[in-house]
Amino acid sequence: MKKFAILLLALLLALPLAGCQKGQTERSINVYNWGEYIDESIFDDFEAETGIHVNYNTFASNEMLYSAIKGGGNSYDVIIPSDYMVARMGEEGLLMELDYSKIPNAQNIDERYLHPAYDTEQKYSLPYMWGTTGIIYNTTMVDKAPTSWMDLFTTDLKGQVLIFDNPRDCIGLALKALGYSFNTTDKDEIAAATDLLIKQKEDGIVQAYVMDQIFDKMINNEAAMGTYYAGDYLTMVEENPDLAFVQPEEGSNLFVDAMCIPTCSKNYEDALAFINFMCRDDIVLRNCEETGYSCPSATALEEMDEEMSADPVAYPGADILDKAETFGGLPEETLTFYDHEWIRICLAKVKY
Amino acid sequence: MKTKTPAIPYVVWMAVFVVVPLLLIVVYAFTNYDGKFTLENFTNLDVFLQVCGNSLYLAAVATAICLLIAYPFAYFLAQTGPTTRKVAMLFIMLPMWMNFLLRTYAWMSILENHGFLNQLLALVGIPPLHIINTDAAVILGMVYNFLPFMILPIFSVIEKLDRRYIEAAQDLGAGKLQVFRRVIFPLSVPGVISGIMMVFIPSISTFAISKLLGGGMSFLLGDLIEMQFLGSAYNPHLGSAISLMMLLLVIIAMLIMNRFGDGEEGAVMM
Repeated sequence: MKKFAILLLALLLALPLAGCQKGQTERSINVYNWGEYIDESIFDDFEAETGIHVNYNTFASNEMLYSAIKGGGNSYDVIIPSDYMVARMGEEGLLMELDYSKIPNAQNIDERYLHPAYDTEQKYSLPYMWGTTGIIYNTTMVDKAPTSWMDLFTTDLKGQVLIFDNPRDCIGLALKALGYSFNTTDKDEIAAATDLLIKQKEDGIVQAYVMDQIFDKMINNEAAMGTYYAGDYLTMVEENPDLAFVQPEEGSNLFVDAMCIPTCSKNYEDALAFINFMCRDDIVLRNCEETGYSCPSATALEEMDEEMSADPVAYPGADILDKAETFGGLPEETLTFYDHEWIRICLAKVKY
Repeated sequence: MKTKTPAIPYVVWMAVFVVVPLLLIVVYAFTNYDGKFTLENFTNLDVFLQVCGNSLYLAAVATAICLLIAYPFAYFLAQTGPTTRKVAMLFIMLPMWMNFLLRTYAWMSILENHGFLNQLLALVGIPPLHIINTDAAVILGMVYNFLPFMILPIFSVIEKLDRRYIEAAQDLGAGKLQVFRRVIFPLSVPGVISGIMMVFIPSISTFAISKLLGGGMSFLLGDLIEMQFLGSAYNPHLGSAISLMMLLLVIIAMLIMNRFGDGEEGAVMM
């Protein structure tokens, strides 16, 4: 297993290098994005218009992206990390500043998504897509529809709740339930959130900690409530109409994934051209249609199909957006503490 | 004198994909972010020990169950004719042609509270079983995935057993049970030992099975290591230190096992 993993790693490391060598004969860029998060036919249009070929790779988590960039040996030109990871990579000098004179389409982006906490000067990143997190619940299995994060902890339903399987989202929702910020660095607050989650696990409320496994479980009525992303709820509800989604009253997590150029890039100009292309209205519309996520472009939103742009899950009103908070970067010490607290949750046992 | 030239590709392979990564793990384990020598990565052992206990326990139970199932199966298979053997072997190997994650994902659907298993039980009027997201599901996943690695070595040892030993024992008046206890079983020990190792080692380091079937409710060494690389704090140094500790654990387990087996020739086959 280990040997296989190392072999795989070696191959993964070799891939972008191969792409890079190719780039010296014909123009090409290496794009690294989340899985299932782009309409890949856009690459053909981009190549037809600019003559730049796109080599496309995907990752499954921000942390995976970070270890690929931090570990070195890669040559990506455009990467799409989330908010807090943009902050971290920017601070650590892993990102190049964007030259906005080459990205005229950046002016399409809605003011609301510009100059965020994770990149106050909008130096390193340009928003790609955004969405909210919330509680997905099965209307036939809950007595009372949940309205707050706290409902996940006080419910009578035993073994019916699914929770995020990653430290940042999981501890984050408990922080919000207690009225704290997602971005607190106060260890007492983080510890209190952890204790809340441990009690929830010990009381047998939690069925499982899951990421994409939640699709199968919610669709097949395995759980009454679960925490996940709005865009993915829209996919689930197509299969199971009994599902509903709520952005909790304490405030949802407004996540923004943004396009950046890492310092390992060797094709800065072409990368800028790609980012500009991705902000063009017709491309944004196609991309949103395909992925189901929400676009930060004000001009594209105006042209969007009414049914989609009026959907309160995909494009919630100001009341929800004003309460929502975006993840910011956390200092190394806090991140280590998150891992420490996460292990406490993982090791807790259900008390019968 | 035989030429050693054909061995060169294997030596290069071993050097590049086994020795170098191992050295990298050692270097990372003993350094910090600034690349300076440190023993700090080994000081935070209480978490390791806690996780370790859980991992050892689950892996040991899974290995014991595998042995209990595999030994009789391999024993009776070795007594059957060549056609039956071929068919049985095919069925043992068949699941391995499919991806390991896919098979484990399928078990998730089977074991769910409203899954196939419970639907089947409901048909015959048995109350539903709650297996998914418990240690039992993790053990089941381990047994299912690693059982062939227990059957195959035991089978090939028993199959090659010299029949004349058994006949000699019978001539000397040994009953069926005595033949098994004093002749067949001792001679099959090397197969049992390599089977135990081949089940125990992947069981102790797995993280996919505990994620999918355990629903994150049980936390194993593999999960702890994965977390150092893909958790919130990227800490390859601590991850390497834990990997090294796990390696040590496996070596100790192998040394203990080796004390039980005298004839080691059979234990390294496959």
